[in-house]
Amino acid sequence: MARPKKTMDGNEAVAKIAFQTSEVAAIYPITPSSAMGEWADEWAAQGKKNIWGTIPMVVEMQSEGGAAGAVHGALQAGSLTTTFTASQGLLLMIPNMYKIAGELTSTVFHVSARALATHALSIFGDHTDVMSVRSTGWALLASNSPQEAMDLALIAHAATLKARVPFMHFFDGFRTSHEVAKIEEVMAADIRAMIDEDLVLAHRTRALSPEHPFIRGTAQNPDVHFQGREASNPFYLACPDIVQEYMDRFAQIVGRQYHLFDYYGAPDAERVIVLMGSGAEAVTETVENLAAKGEKVGVLKVRLYRPFSAKHFIEALPKTAKTITILDRTKEPGAPGDPLYQDVITVLAECAAEGALPFAAMPKVIAGRYGMSSKEFTPAMIKGIFDEMLKDKPKNHFTIGIIDDVTGSSIDYDPNFSTEDDKTIRSLFYGLGADGTVGANKNSIKIIGEDTDNFAQGYFVYDSRKSGSMTTSHLRFGPKEIRSTYLITKANFIACHQFSFMEKLNVLKCAQEGATFLLNSIYGPEEVWDRLPRTAQKQIIDKKLKFYVINGVEVAKQAGMGGRINTVMQTCFFAISNILPREEAIAAIKEAIKKTYGKRGESVVQKNWQAVDMSLENLHQVKIPASVSSSFDLQTPVSDLAPDFVKDFIAEIINDNGDSLPVSKMPVDGTFPTATTQWEKRNIALEIPSWDPATCIQCGKCTLVCPHGVIRGKLVDTAALEGAPEGFKSAAARWKEFSDKSFVLQIAPEDCTSCHLCVQTCPAKNKSELRLKAINMVEQAPIRERERACWNYFLSLPDTDRSKLNPSLVKDAQLLRPLFEFSGACAGCGETPYVKLVSQLFGDRMYVANATGCSSIYGGNLPTTPWAVDAAGRGPAWANSLFEDNAEFGLGMRVTIDKQNEFARELLKRLEADLGTALVEEILGADQVAEAGINAQRVRVEALKAKLAGLDSADAKSLLGVADFLVRKSVWIMGGDGWAYDIGYGGLDHVLASTRNVNILVLDTEVYSNTGGQCSKSTPRGAVAKFAAGGKPGSKKDLALMAMTYGNAYVGHIAMGANDGHTVKTLIEAEAYDGPSIVIAYSHCIAHGYNLEMGLEQQKAAVQSGHWPLFRFNPSLAAQGKNPFQLDSKDPSISLDKYIYNETRYKMLSLSAPELAAELLKGAEADVAVRWRLYQYLASMPGTGTAETAAPVEAD
Amino acid sequence: MDLTTTYLGMTLKNPLVVSPSPVSEHIDSIKKLEDAGAGAIVLHSLFEEQISFLSQELNANLQQGDYSFAEALTYFPDLEDYKMGPEGYLGHVRDAKAAVDIPVIGSLNGVSTGGWVSYAKEIQQAGADAIELNVYYVPTNAAMSGEQVENMYVDLVRAVKANVTIPVAVKVGPYFSSMSNMAKKLCEVGADALVLFNRFYQPDIDLAKLEVKPDLVLSTSEDLRLRLRWVAILYGNVAADMAVTGGVHTPEDVVKSILVGANVAMTTSALLKNGIGHLTVLRDGLAKWMESNDYESVQQMRGAISQKNCPEPAAFERANYMKILTHYAAEFPTR
Repeated sequence: MARPKKTMDGNEAVAKIAFQTSEVAAIYPITPSSAMGEWADEWAAQGKKNIWGTIPMVVEMQSEGGAAGAVHGALQAGSLTTTFTASQGLLLMIPNMYKIAGELTSTVFHVSARALATHALSIFGDHTDVMSVRSTGWALLASNSPQEAMDLALIAHAATLKARVPFMHFFDGFRTSHEVAKIEEVMAADIRAMIDEDLVLAHRTRALSPEHPFIRGTAQNPDVHFQGREASNPFYLACPDIVQEYMDRFAQIVGRQYHLFDYYGAPDAERVIVLMGSGAEAVTETVENLAAKGEKVGVLKVRLYRPFSAKHFIEALPKTAKTITILDRTKEPGAPGDPLYQDVITVLAECAAEGALPFAAMPKVIAGRYGMSSKEFTPAMIKGIFDEMLKDKPKNHFTIGIIDDVTGSSIDYDPNFSTEDDKTIRSLFYGLGADGTVGANKNSIKIIGEDTDNFAQGYFVYDSRKSGSMTTSHLRFGPKEIRSTYLITKANFIACHQFSFMEKLNVLKCAQEGATFLLNSIYGPEEVWDRLPRTAQKQIIDKKLKFYVINGVEVAKQAGMGGRINTVMQTCFFAISNILPREEAIAAIKEAIKKTYGKRGESVVQKNWQAVDMSLENLHQVKIPASVSSSFDLQTPVSDLAPDFVKDFIAEIINDNGDSLPVSKMPVDGTFPTATTQWEKRNIALEIPSWDPATCIQCGKCTLVCPHGVIRGKLVDTAALEGAPEGFKSAAARWKEFSDKSFVLQIAPEDCTSCHLCVQTCPAKNKSELRLKAINMVEQAPIRERERACWNYFLSLPDTDRSKLNPSLVKDAQLLRPLFEFSGACAGCGETPYVKLVSQLFGDRMYVANATGCSSIYGGNLPTTPWAVDAAGRGPAWANSLFEDNAEFGLGMRVTIDKQNEFARELLKRLEADLGTALVEEILGADQVAEAGINAQRVRVEALKAKLAGLDSADAKSLLGVADFLVRKSVWIMGGDGWAYDIGYGGLDHVLASTRNVNILVLDTEVYSNTGGQCSKSTPRGAVAKFAAGGKPGSKKDLALMAMTYGNAYVGHIAMGANDGHTVKTLIEAEAYDGPSIVIAYSHCIAHGYNLEMGLEQQKAAVQSGHWPLFRFNPSLAAQGKNPFQLDSKDPSISLDKYIYNETRYKMLSLSAPELAAELLKGAEADVAVRWRLYQYLASMPGTGTAETAAPVEAD
Repeated sequence: MDLTTTYLGMTLKNPLVVSPSPVSEHIDSIKKLEDAGAGAIVLHSLFEEQISFLSQELNANLQQGDYSFAEALTYFPDLEDYKMGPEGYLGHVRDAKAAVDIPVIGSLNGVSTGGWVSYAKEIQQAGADAIELNVYYVPTNAAMSGEQVENMYVDLVRAVKANVTIPVAVKVGPYFSSMSNMAKKLCEVGADALVLFNRFYQPDIDLAKLEVKPDLVLSTSEDLRLRLRWVAILYGNVAADMAVTGGVHTPEDVVKSILVGANVAMTTSALLKNGIGHLTVLRDGLAKWMESNDYESVQQMRGAISQKNCPEPAAFERANYMKILTHYAAEFPTR
């Protein structure tokens, strides 16, 4: 049977098999596995069927724990069930995995293997998660490439039915899950031939049924539990042969033969590397190269890791092996060796003990660790390992790919060794996230992979920031199968789609001699040379590069494509790379455009086609001068003023040199300084705001809404402005009490992301030119130098005296220094204005427990940290534990603060005689409700510490250690709706029910934003999200109402764009409340699908439509005999559709399924109406709301 | 009494044609329009620009932020299909045709030759009896000459005519240096009717917000005069049928339209203001006037006071203007 050759990534390949072989999938998003669940959900929504002709039922759960529970239940009831996960998600499934295995239940979990969070979170690939489940009793089957992932996924689904052992099929996160490769698609007929129907029936027969009842999941006692564990042994003993049986059957049907352990290399190999996962492909490529040169080397790929078949393992090893290196992609600190190594050692030792070793002598066995968190694993490193094996005393328990200068574990290698095939075209593309480079490259791979006989591979590297982020695409094409599971370091084509990268990065580092270089440049072929830094010029000359330029931005603009230059650059790539004949390539690009954009409308296709047609006439080759002539070179990544740690460590990461940082430079426990974003000047904005003091009314709204903290205001003595640099602006202060001062507003020109929110929110208009406001966008480049000087001068001015401000007024609050600045959040982010505001109000005494998600990424992703410090060096103390436990994590902080405070108070009493009664009583009786009281307490505590320093008792030392807890602290538990509404709700609920003084800030985007827009329980009815492709059928959870039911929790519901004063007031009330507080903040988000410039307007519409009522529930009011519930927004004044249809998440359904959308709109309107009536009712209740009757609001 | 008229090669039971408005967006309303006495209905316009804008917007929003961050390569599921083209409108044409017996004319408001042609063909395939091309163009480019603007109109009409077999009416505004010449050119490339005149919606200024606000002001009978003049001048000089649109509010307005030479009088503002039932008032008023003035048929009335047939042809020319000024001067003597 002819099978189509398709290009797809590992996740899609696996999802295709899982979808067709399952009846039920219970899913939950987690990187890098999310796409598998998304594919399954999308296909189900489209009515695609499994091999039995029915549409699998896909159900999204509230966590991976929930998904595993649902899988377990579905299996018990007899469905063929699957799920997809990774990392922490897999850990949450472990309890159910033990159960499922103990009950000998057939199922397959597909895992894109990912690092676990330890000293830091990492979304990237290694086997730490997989190795955490090896004791669960599951079969563990590894695939090494997208093709293998598809093949072995099917083998797993087939084998589990016979073996009855549940299977975890895993492949490397990102390297395999996200690598786009040309593969042969396994078809439905193949799947049917692999799955035995009688085994499916047997699976159902074993299920629970009241028709033939039995019980499963009993509790057993010491008398029989042990025996019960041993009863399943025969199944584990039989499992390897069953897997091989299905591997053989697969070979008969499809033609690709797999074994439990696959050996490749010299038949008489003396040095063998044993490993599993994608790294095995790079080893295979290296072995091929070395063996061809006569070296006796080989690789043994472990496919079935559990149950580990000693027999098959020994049989697969070449009998000539003298040195074996076992490579683990995981770390088990404190163990005698990492898991695969220990397994091999055990097998060999047992074999030797039995006298059954097939080797002339016991081979030397060494262990190595590689590729943690997607660390590169290259042929050069592999050659280094083979070389190490030649030594008399090779290093054992080595690491490769890093420099371990602390414990000396790393081994050296020659980085110049390469096995890249001459006939393979290797292309590198540097793009900006927003310019569509990756999408176009995926299309190029499809064109070349599916329209020609060439093999194709694409791998994409993304930035850790969400705005102005760089993407790097690594594309390989060639006649030979591509096993290069590592990044391109020797490129014969390099394209730089953003000119600004040339100034920051050594873009041509990977160019090999004679390579072609394509640059998107506003400077033409005559002018561009002088605009390049010396490093670039030198490489172009030395490496004899062919250099082309195109003004892609202008061509895209003329074609009506905005900033989307992808089509233009893609056309140029094909035109000068000669992979396909030019005309053929253009026809193929146009066809791909039609396929990609056709359903979004003809005009989109036409504009792209126009861009294709216009590209070639604007493409120019540059004549290369003979010598380097530029007067400048690459920019330094951080300021000279930065601290040493930033210069020595963080700057290296920014400069793309993080791989070269040795272990000794790393903090040992994941602790990093805060306030480092200020040193990285990203310069990603083409336009920045400019202040017009004459028009400004000094309301503070622009600084309030700025998501990145780049607009700052200060009140300063007018005399202080005498030394101001040229262009520094000021105005007479419009505060009655500060009328003698000057007001200055300054923009950080190199930190702005050009989101326009400030301009949109500015209420002041220029009277003569009404298109202008008090703040207007202007080009950044011409004023960068001037504004940089102004910004630095602004920073040198003293902060406004907080004690003289009223922070509950927006106008005053915005003079408070933000202690959250220049984060990597999306331009125009709707969350960060709240985070920044909280940092302004409470930052100097604030603990932050941050749930994993957007806020933990823009708040804590290296290289730099936006949480900052004030002039006194105080600032938020931030930590992220997990996604699911954040409320508890924050509660723990609070309990410690309370305990240490209590202990400190006890110690004060004990030491009263030494410290003096006056001081002790002042400290104990301090009123710290407001900031003035807190500051006074700080002074007392400093005095206390000074006294304690002179005391020598144990109590004095103890008190010194906890004295800071005598100053009031503010605990903020932050996270998104995925955490608060779903995975962390149980903990959140518990914390709300407590009496502890914690503040919970829910940054509610109504969708899982960080993982790419999956439905949460906050998602409103009718909104389209991943896992709700047909529009969410149910209503949004009313978390606020649920929180109010406890009666003891302060609850706030805010939307800054609708009422900024209310936002400020609510946050202050919440913090002041001595008990649990929760503030749910409407946060517009890129996942809503509209220009975020309009985010604040949309917040207003959300409130006006009644979708997002503003209210506060303050238990303190009840204590005063008043109704604790205050409804702060007016009756809905616009219809719901006027709000929701501004957003693509709703509109796309109305365009796709108008009738369904209309029906869901009706439901959503009813949701709003019902909720509004209920809130009106609550607001109308007299007294504390406990009266038997309430005043009717309206006659029904 | 014979109220029938001919328009675009069709015989209408009376000269009252409903011009495009939201009223014709619902099949129920269309039925009511027929019941109230409409001779034909021009459906609300299919805006090519809107379709194009919608798809650009959807595309831009769906790809916003995609492939920028490793954890969120996209933000939306890929739905199988979007109804981005004119499908909804075409379905409406089909439904309208099935619902009523009077002629249904599709209306197309477009900007590009390609779009006009393809959508016009689809409107024909959907069963429309004719197409009204609504050319709505405000030439703001100083580099564009009047001739270039005129050629754009002519090219559009020519392209559409070459691709459809049903009659094509062309609705234009009055802003041409030589309206007569323009009308002639449009007829030369095959316009089957001229619909005079389009009312360009003029923006207003919001003094509270100090902003320009798009504003829709319904026509009044005052707007009729310009139409009457040009229909009167063109009557007999162009081969195409003519429709008066803009300012037809009263039975008298209908009468005047026919008398200057229009085949039909189109109305919409009056219906938005007074309700669908107002059509009956117009029809009965026309009949009553004809009866009072001894006219037996609309055909007999048509063009009776056109420039060609009226006793004072110069009244439609410049002299008319001078006379008015004189008249005003007499009433308001200068001090």
